[in-house]
Amino acid sequence: MSKARTSLTRTSLVHLALISYAIISVFPVFLTIINSMKDRNAIFRNPMQLPSPKTFDLVGYYTVLGQGDFANYFQNSFIVTVASIALVLLFGAMAAFALSEYRFRGNTLMGLYLAIGIMIPIRLGTVAILQGMVATGLVNTLTALVLVYTAQGIPLAVFILSEFMRTVSDDLKNAGRIDGLSEYSIFFRLVLPLVRPAMATVAVFTMIPIWNDLWFPLILAPSEATKTVTLGSQIFIGQFVTNWNAVLAALSLAIFPVLVLYLVFSRQLIRGITSGAVK
Amino acid sequence: MTRNAIKGLLLATSILGTAGFAQAADVTLTVESWRNDDLAIWQEKIIPAFEAKNPGIKVVFAPTAPTEYNAALNAKLDAGSAGDLITCRPFDASLELFKKGHLASLNDLPGMENFSPVAKSAWTTDDGATAFCVPMASVIHGFIYNKDAFDTLGISVPTTEAEFFAALEKIKAEGSYIPMAMGTKDLWEAATMGYQNIGPTYWKGEEGRAALIKGEQKLTDDAWVEPYRVLAKWKDYLGDGFEAQTYPDSQNLFTLGRAAIYPAGSWEIGLFNTQAQFKMGAFPPPVKNAGDTCYISDHNDIGVGLNAKGANQEAAKKFLSFVSSPEFADIYANSLPGFFSLNSTAVKMADPLAQEFVSWREKCKPTIRSTYQILSRGTPNLENETWTASANVINGTETPEQAAEKLQKGLDSWFKPVK
Amino acid sequence: MSDTPSTHDATGPIIKRPTRWHIVVFLLPAFIVYSAVMILPLIETLRLSLFNTVDGQSTFVGLANFKVLFGDERWAHDFWNALKNNFVFFAIHMLVQNPMGVALAAMLSLPKLRFASFYRTAIFLPTLLSFVIVGFIWKLILSPIWGVSPFLLDVVGLKSLFAPWLGRPNSALIAVSLISVWQYVGIPMMLIYAALLNIPEEVIEAAECDGITGWSQFFKIKLPLILPAIGIISILTFVGNFNAFDLVYTVQGALAGPDGSTDILGTLLYRTFFGFQLQLGDRSMGATIATVMFLIILAGVSLYLFVIQRRMRRYQF
Repeated sequence: MSKARTSLTRTSLVHLALISYAIISVFPVFLTIINSMKDRNAIFRNPMQLPSPKTFDLVGYYTVLGQGDFANYFQNSFIVTVASIALVLLFGAMAAFALSEYRFRGNTLMGLYLAIGIMIPIRLGTVAILQGMVATGLVNTLTALVLVYTAQGIPLAVFILSEFMRTVSDDLKNAGRIDGLSEYSIFFRLVLPLVRPAMATVAVFTMIPIWNDLWFPLILAPSEATKTVTLGSQIFIGQFVTNWNAVLAALSLAIFPVLVLYLVFSRQLIRGITSGAVK
Repeated sequence: MTRNAIKGLLLATSILGTAGFAQAADVTLTVESWRNDDLAIWQEKIIPAFEAKNPGIKVVFAPTAPTEYNAALNAKLDAGSAGDLITCRPFDASLELFKKGHLASLNDLPGMENFSPVAKSAWTTDDGATAFCVPMASVIHGFIYNKDAFDTLGISVPTTEAEFFAALEKIKAEGSYIPMAMGTKDLWEAATMGYQNIGPTYWKGEEGRAALIKGEQKLTDDAWVEPYRVLAKWKDYLGDGFEAQTYPDSQNLFTLGRAAIYPAGSWEIGLFNTQAQFKMGAFPPPVKNAGDTCYISDHNDIGVGLNAKGANQEAAKKFLSFVSSPEFADIYANSLPGFFSLNSTAVKMADPLAQEFVSWREKCKPTIRSTYQILSRGTPNLENETWTASANVINGTETPEQAAEKLQKGLDSWFKPVK
Repeated sequence: MSDTPSTHDATGPIIKRPTRWHIVVFLLPAFIVYSAVMILPLIETLRLSLFNTVDGQSTFVGLANFKVLFGDERWAHDFWNALKNNFVFFAIHMLVQNPMGVALAAMLSLPKLRFASFYRTAIFLPTLLSFVIVGFIWKLILSPIWGVSPFLLDVVGLKSLFAPWLGRPNSALIAVSLISVWQYVGIPMMLIYAALLNIPEEVIEAAECDGITGWSQFFKIKLPLILPAIGIISILTFVGNFNAFDLVYTVQGALAGPDGSTDILGTLLYRTFFGFQLQLGDRSMGATIATVMFLIILAGVSLYLFVIQRRMRRYQF
C-alpha cells in the first residue's frame, strides 16, 4: 500500500519537474514563433501577447518568401547537413573502432591527434581553407562546405564513439571472429548496431553547428545558388535597421527541418535500445 | 544505416557537382557591402539605372551582415575570392586594404573630379596623392525630437546646453515621456550618438581634432573631458534600465512615441519616417553659451572601391564612374534620406527632416568623428576604447576623468603625434 | 590492471600478421579529410604566432608575441580578464548545466515514464536554435523596456527583483552563462540518457532483486556505470566553454560589454584575429592567443585522457 503511494508521489514529482523544465525550455521558442506572426510595433509593444486579429501579420513570412530563393536555401542546408552527418558518422565510427578495438603502436597518439580538432576553433584556419578551396575550384560549391563540416565533426565523433565502443562485449566480437567474420563485418554487422544510440547522439551533436553555421557559408559559398538558410536570413539584419519580422520568420521556419532530423535520430535512440535488449 | 549513408553520399555528390555553375555569359560584377539595409534600393533603383545604360554588364549587390563584413571581406581578399567592387569603410580600415594592394588607385577614374578633397579625405593616402574609393555618402549627427510632445509640453527647441537640460528636466518632471531614448548596452550608441555627437562643440571640431593628431592636445584636456561630464549628466534622463537597453530598443522607444528626444545620426530618418506616427523635428548639438559657433559631426561614411585583383576591371570602372555621377548621387541620397551625397553637384533633398540636417552645414562648422583618422591605427584602438569608455561614463561606473585618462594612456602606448 | 585502459587489451586479437591493413583502412578516410581540411590550415595559422610584421615584412620573431601578450600591461590585462571570465563561465556550466543534465536524463530514463519523448524533445529544442534567435529572444525577455521577465516578475509581485542584468558589469556574465546553460542543457542530457539506456535490463533487474531501488539504485548502480559518460560531458563542456564565442558575440557584441565583463577567450581571440569595427585584424597576435588557448585546452584534455580516463573503470555489457 504505502509503497504504491510513494511511487505515485514520486512519479508525480518527476512529471512536475519535467513539465516545469520543459516549459522553461519551450517558452522562449514559443515567444519567437508567436512574435514572428506579429507586426513590428506589436513585437516591441507587447512581446507576451498572442497575435490578435489587430496585430496578426505574416509580413515577415511574405518578405522571406519574396526575397531570394528560400526553398533553394533550405535545400542547400539540408543537403550539406545530411551529407556531412553521413560522412562524419561513417569516417568517425571507423576511426573510433580502430582506436578502441586494436592495440597498435601510436594508438594513443592517433587518439590525441584526432582530438586536437575539438581544441581549436576551425574558423581560425579560414584563410588557408579558403585558399585551398580557391585552388581546387571548390569555392561556391556545397562540396566545400561538406568537406569542412566533415573535418570539423570527426574529432567529436571519434571521441564519443570510441568511448561507447569500449563497452561492446569482447566475447561477442571474438565469437564473430571464430565464426570467420572479417574485421569489416565485425565492425559493420556487430558493433555498429550496438552503438546506435551513441551514433544517433553524435549525429545530433554534429548537425546542430552545421545547420546553424553562418561563417563558412559566408566565406566559402556565398553565391545565390549555394546559400544556406542561416546565411540567407542574415540579409535581414541591417546595420541600423533589422527586419525582425523577417529574421524571426526565416529562423522559425529554419527550426523545423532540423527538428525533423532530430526526431529521426532520436527514434534511432529508442530502436537501438530495443535491438540491444534482444541481443 | 551505413548503406543509406553511402546512398545519400552518392546522391549528394551528384547534386553538388552541378550546383556551382550558374553563371551567365555577360560580365557580372559583384558588389561587396555591409549595407543589408540598402538591398531593395540597389535592386530596384541603382542597378536597373546602371544596367539600362550598360548592356552586357550585370551587377549583383551581395551584402554581408555588418558585424561580419570586415572579417569576411579580409578573408576573401586574401584568398582572392572577393567581389569586383568593395564598399569602403572610412579612413584607416580601407587605407589598410589599399596598402596591402587589395584596392586599386582611382586617380584616373573619370568622375573623380566630381568630389572635393574633403569628400575624398576618408579614402585618400596620408599624403593626399592617391584616392582609392569613390565617396558615396556622409552622415550627420544631431537630435531628433517628438514635435507633438514638445508642443504639448510647451517646450521650445533648445539651442544651448542649459536650455537642453532645462528641457530634459521639464519632460522628466511632467512624466508622460521618457526624456531621452538612448541605451548603453550596445556601447557604440553611447560613443557615436553621445560623445561624437556633442563632442565637437567642446573640442571645436576640426581645430581640436587636428591638435590631437599633432599632439598639441590630449584627451585629458578639458575640451575632451567636458563632453564626458555632460554625458554623465544624461544618465538621469534616460529610461529605466538603460544599461540593458539596446540600439533597436532606443529606436523603438522613440518611434513608438514613448520618448521625447533621440540623440541621432541622420541615417535614422528613413526608418523614423515610416515608423513614427507623430511629427518630428531635429536640432543640432546645443552650444555651451548662446551665440557660440556650433559644430556638427558630418562624417564621411561610405565609399566604394575597386578590387585590384578583380577579373572585370573595365566593367567595374564603368560602374564606379556611374557611382561618381550626379545621377547616382540623386538616386542614392533621395532613396536613403539621411545619407548625404558627397558629390560636388548639390542634390535637392525631398525629405524635410533630411533637409533640416543638411541645412546645418551652412551655419555650423562640420568635422568628422575624432577617433576615425590616424588615431585608430594601433592597439588599443581608440574608437573601440571610446565605446567602452562612453558607456562606462554614462553608466556611472567610471568618472569622466578616469575614462579620459585611460583613453590617453592607451593612445600614448603606440601613437606618435604627426607633426 | 589499474593502469591498462581496459580489459580487451589482453584478450584482443593475437598479432599474427605484420601489417593489419584493416586498421589503416579504418583510420585512413577520417585521417585524410581531417588532416587536409582542418589540421593543415590550423597549423598554417598557428605558425603565425611566431611571426610578426616588421617594416611591412612578415618576420620570424620567436616568442616575442607571447612576451607581448603576457608582458604588455594591456594585453595581459585583457587576457587574464578573459581567462578569469572563462573560468566563471565554465564553473557555472559545471555546477548548473551538467548536474541538471544528469538529473533530467535520470528522470527521463525511468521505466514506463509517460510522455518521455515529448519531454526529451522539448528540453532539447533550445539546443537546435541558431544563436541569432537565442540572442534576440533573450534580449527581448530580459529587456527592461518591453521585457517579458519584468512583466512576469510583476505578475508574482517581485518586480523589485528585476534589474537590467545584461547591462550591469557584475551580473552580465552570470546572465549570459545561464542563457548558455539554457541553450545547451540538452547535450549532457542526451549523452547521459544514451549512457543510461546502454545499461542492460539484467543489471537493473538484478539490483531490484537485491532490493535496491529508487534513489539508492541510481547512486549505487547507475551512477558508477555512467561515470565515463559524465567524464565525457565534463571534458566536452570544458572544451566547448573555452572555445565559446557565438553566444557572447550575439548577446553582448564583439566588445563583450559592459566594460569587458563578459569577455571570454573566444571573443578576445576573434576580436584580435579578425578585427572589429576600426580595429584591424591582427593575425599574429590572434594566432598567439589561439596557441595559448590551445595549450590550456590541451592540458585539460590530456589530463582527462591520460589520468582520468585511465583510472576510470569501464564495464562491458
